[in-house]
Amino acid sequence: MINQEIKSYFPILNQEINGHPLVYLDSAATSQKPVQVIEALSNYYELDNSNVHRGVHTLGNRATEKYEGAREKVRKFINANSTEETIFLRGTTTAINLVAQSYGRANVDEGDEIVITYMEHHSNIIPWQQLAKERGAILKYVELEKDGTISLEQVRAAVTERTKIVSMVYVSNVLGTMNPVKEVAQIAHENGAVMVVDGAQAAPHLKIDVQQLDCDFFAFSGHKMCGPTGIGVLYGKKELLNNMEPVEFGGEMIDFVGLYDSTWKELPWKFEGGTPIIAGAVGLGAAIDFLNEIGLNEIEKHEHQMAAYAMEKMSSIEGLEIYGPADPQQRAGIVTFNLNDVHPHDVATVLDMSGIAVRAGHHCAQPLMKWLEVTATARASFYLYNGESDVDRLVEGLRSAKEYFNDVF
Amino acid sequence: MSSNNLDQLYRRVIMDHYKTPRNKGTIEDNSVNIEMNNPTCGDRIHLTLQVEDGIVKDAKFDGEGCSISMASASMMTQAVKGQEIDTALKLSGIFSDMMLGKDYDDSIDLGDIEALQGVSQFPARIKCATLAWKAMEKGVQNEEKS
Repeated sequence: MINQEIKSYFPILNQEINGHPLVYLDSAATSQKPVQVIEALSNYYELDNSNVHRGVHTLGNRATEKYEGAREKVRKFINANSTEETIFLRGTTTAINLVAQSYGRANVDEGDEIVITYMEHHSNIIPWQQLAKERGAILKYVELEKDGTISLEQVRAAVTERTKIVSMVYVSNVLGTMNPVKEVAQIAHENGAVMVVDGAQAAPHLKIDVQQLDCDFFAFSGHKMCGPTGIGVLYGKKELLNNMEPVEFGGEMIDFVGLYDSTWKELPWKFEGGTPIIAGAVGLGAAIDFLNEIGLNEIEKHEHQMAAYAMEKMSSIEGLEIYGPADPQQRAGIVTFNLNDVHPHDVATVLDMSGIAVRAGHHCAQPLMKWLEVTATARASFYLYNGESDVDRLVEGLRSAKEYFNDVF
Repeated sequence: MSSNNLDQLYRRVIMDHYKTPRNKGTIEDNSVNIEMNNPTCGDRIHLTLQVEDGIVKDAKFDGEGCSISMASASMMTQAVKGQEIDTALKLSGIFSDMMLGKDYDDSIDLGDIEALQGVSQFPARIKCATLAWKAMEKGVQNEEKS
């Protein structure tokens, strides 16, 4: 159940900012952490800290159990077939870069195509730009519909038999749009391409089932889903990962090291060079337990409700434009907007003075900003600890901002 | 709302420069062209300077950004127009000190620029205010080298 009690698990939310109780509406950038996660991290460091996969001693075993235990939690969380398919990395960016540098370099040749969309975060654009440049491949963009959604017709028009990789965001960090990645994966497969899903904004908010989506790769970050920063996951189908070369070499990932040649550990460890992000994984495991206890379906429902309530209330402000799908059922709890004549930075500063944290800028999605024909926008993003009263505070703050800039000057 | 604090940031003279920018546009001929942006937020400035005999004869700007960045650009062009390069750079140094909350050289009359002093209380907005000045510095330094 989502109720007021949930907020009490997040100590950071219980403070005043600039003399007002904090309203945190920037969870799409990073979520806050519940006490369960904070305690899991401190417990790990206070009781179990050791390096993994090498200790004969007790602490080494405990740390290894916790680290690998977290991997099993991740496997269940996304319904992967096996823990061999869940690689711990730094975050979504690192995960997508790994796919581009390993799978991409080995499979994309001159004249081949990589298909992405105008809705992508920079982390799902630049790795492909670099790969396309290096291999002489063609980077293609799927056009968006007017309401900021993706149509399968446009995907079909873009994906051809020369396409080797289709990479798409599941939930847009700007528009909140939930994309039909399962159907897109099918189109990719019909054309012999692999499907990469940027799940950074999806994993925190909806139940993920990688087998049901039938995607080939799925990347997400811990810090947007109540976990710590610095930990993320790449899911990949085993048969693909088995044939991929690591991109980082060193300790942890090796089997046998000779003077001139070495061999790699089996999956998933061959992609986890160096001492792994042990505490991060433990924290992510605790975050998964926390989210599961509430239920991802509950969280998704709550977000639709928050989006619906926010869109309704915000629309009552004259001159406020909301971007993305008009139907709240089609979006996660992300509402990106502009208040006419007031620049989003100014909006964000005025809101901050009232204790309300929103994001302002291009949200690491410059091509999308260009498509929207704006240089910057403001974004309010909601999570399980936000309630209707937070929206009310936001709306009140926006009215004051409008008044302040339009009437005072 | 803590409008007292906000009033420190958004002075009337700042909003005046934002709404009625001075020296908006581009200088077409023989000008120094500088394009600069703030990659974290999308603010962008296109500054053109006409520099002759070590003097900034004219300065115009174009761009997109928040009230602070655009007002600062307007004030900057006003301040450096007609000044020697050295003086323009000195003003830039004074402005930078002001933004960092340091004691700054008050022997030069800063005019409208003084109104931006409140920005130093808003760390997230300092980059907005300094963008135009950084562009100007880059422009005159390029000119000096050539």
